[in-house]
Amino acid sequence: MHGSGIPIWFFIGVLLVIYGGMIFGYGVFEWATGSYPVAVQLTNLHTPVWWGGVLFLLGVFYVLKFRPARSSK
Amino acid sequence: MLGLVPVSATAGSFSQLTALLAFSAAPLAHLRALDIAVIATYFVMVIWIGFYLKGRSNTSEEFFMAGREMTAWIAGLSFVSANLGSLELMGWAGSAYQYGILATHWYWIGAIPAMIFLGLVMMPFYYVCKTHSVPGYLDLRYGGAARSVAAFSFATEMILMSGVNMFAMAVVMKVVLGWDISFSIFVSSIAVAIYVGLGGLRSAIFNEVLQFVLIWGGALLVPILGMIQAGGVGGLKRQIMANMQSVTGVHGDSYFHLWRDTGSFAANPMGVHWTGIVFGLGFVISFGYWTTDFLVVQRVLAAHNLRAARMAPIIASFFKMAVPFIVILPGLLGLVLLQNPDGSRRQLVGEDVVAACTVSSASGQIENSTACSAAMAKTSLPADYQQKVLSAAPDAELHSYNQALPLMMVRYLGPGLLGLGITALIAGFMSGMAGNVSAFSTVWTYDIYKPLINKKGTDSHYVLVGRLSILIGVGVSIGAAYLVMHAHGIMDYVQALFSIFVAPLLATILFGMFWKRATKWAGFLGLLLGIIFSASLFMWVKLVPSALANVALSPDAKPMAENVFRALWAFVFSAIIVVVVSLLTKPRPVAELEGLVYGATKLPTKEPVPFYKNEYAWAILVAIIFIALNIMFW
Repeated sequence: MHGSGIPIWFFIGVLLVIYGGMIFGYGVFEWATGSYPVAVQLTNLHTPVWWGGVLFLLGVFYVLKFRPARSSK
Repeated sequence: MLGLVPVSATAGSFSQLTALLAFSAAPLAHLRALDIAVIATYFVMVIWIGFYLKGRSNTSEEFFMAGREMTAWIAGLSFVSANLGSLELMGWAGSAYQYGILATHWYWIGAIPAMIFLGLVMMPFYYVCKTHSVPGYLDLRYGGAARSVAAFSFATEMILMSGVNMFAMAVVMKVVLGWDISFSIFVSSIAVAIYVGLGGLRSAIFNEVLQFVLIWGGALLVPILGMIQAGGVGGLKRQIMANMQSVTGVHGDSYFHLWRDTGSFAANPMGVHWTGIVFGLGFVISFGYWTTDFLVVQRVLAAHNLRAARMAPIIASFFKMAVPFIVILPGLLGLVLLQNPDGSRRQLVGEDVVAACTVSSASGQIENSTACSAAMAKTSLPADYQQKVLSAAPDAELHSYNQALPLMMVRYLGPGLLGLGITALIAGFMSGMAGNVSAFSTVWTYDIYKPLINKKGTDSHYVLVGRLSILIGVGVSIGAAYLVMHAHGIMDYVQALFSIFVAPLLATILFGMFWKRATKWAGFLGLLLGIIFSASLFMWVKLVPSALANVALSPDAKPMAENVFRALWAFVFSAIIVVVVSLLTKPRPVAELEGLVYGATKLPTKEPVPFYKNEYAWAILVAIIFIALNIMFW
């Protein structure tokens, strides 16, 4: 968004950090305990771990780059 | 946007979607606590955004036009996202399952040329005249009568569409998750009313950008994992070529060609001809939707300057070209990867077949075995599987084409990721609804209330009217949702509103924007008579189905062809009316057309920018990629 105020990218970053953290955390738990959902395919790829990690890192990038204190400067 | 949902292609009739309500099978997916937490987080976020933006939506310019502060990126993502509804995602994935990559036409030729045209050619006129809406442009160009026809048509369409959208979402949530219909309707509409009512267009745009990210974050995994399991592009092609002729009756090779088999209606599974695709879809429907439908144009009008307004549709076109990766590809992958509980390959069927094989919740048996048997006889389901369905065996499930995408999600997404995928679908529905009510609010306030009811209100009065119209709009939408729940046939008529209205509006606006001679009476009559003509064609085919052959000029034409040819004839009819009436009536002096018409407008001088910030450079790149893709998948 042009002008002052919190940019939309910051909100998106916050959401991605939360989602990435939740999904990554569950993926690690799943991998550690070996309790995979029966009906889900390709669990050997540990998708929640790497996809959750990607979302989390992307979220951290957006939060830092567009945090209100920085974007208002 | 419901207008471009492949209703006829996937369901035979949109109202048949509602027949699924009677289908008592178990939901496709079971959410766990983590999934619920993901969905709840989304609702908290959108309401937080609404409250945050309330303080920045105090004037009418802020509330209705988002302060005209959006960058090209935000306006562009919002522009493409307003069209990326969940019904569209699911519908086109189902179409790809049935017809292969022919469905991609609705993303490429059915969008890209129009987006480039809007950005480079039309946007300057919309932007320079500082209109608040598309009916507002008609007011400036043709006068109040044309504006009123457009405003009332558009407002009615938006509010009914919103209701249908809401109901369709509730049906999908019931089928996929087993959620109660009323629960889905009320939770989603209350959330939309809060965040749009508080933050206006700015809030709607923010949430559309958020939705865009969620859709890619939630849906991108499906084609990635599907391609891994199918053995890459080569593996997918090999399996489709080997199996599809026996399953769908279509030669597998046809699944991978956009144009090769469109030389006759009978040669391709969609029953369309290339002339209909190029002129009906690629020109009338596509240009009508992307350049005159206020729902999408409003997003670009919110850009912070003319260059951003021109860049926004160009940026959007890159993402639009990429959408088939998360929509069409999962449909194709579903053809070879989806499995029944017993491990055999799952074959999806039309919703009419699913509805005919409804299992009675009381007896646990098929309600009408004869109808079910007759419906399945038209499919290529194996005989032994049909027997299992007829005996209501617990592992003999029937699923419709529209469920291809949710089924693929359930196949690959475990806890958390499934919640993200479902959140993407919910976000798609809600932002579509938000788009409808925010556009309705602007048109109601600026094009109906202000000129016809109260011309002398203060700015804050019109903001109040806008907020109230959002609440009333959501209320009417809820009423429309319950109306279609109890009278399913209405849904098809509401669906048709877009296609009836769009072609006459396009003709009227194009002549108004590019022909100085077009007169006030020509604009009014071209629009009004064009709508009547288009509605008459629709009713003709509705009442006499064989008339489809006349409208689409071929006995082999299928319902999808009717939409594109009806739009084409309505455009031609309106264009003739505009030209004839213009020649018979007195034109406005050219001096009055400044800022409204090509040739009578001096556009602002553009400051030179590096090539990577130049809209023409990016438009050329889009055009090259667009042409290359069409050649690659010829």
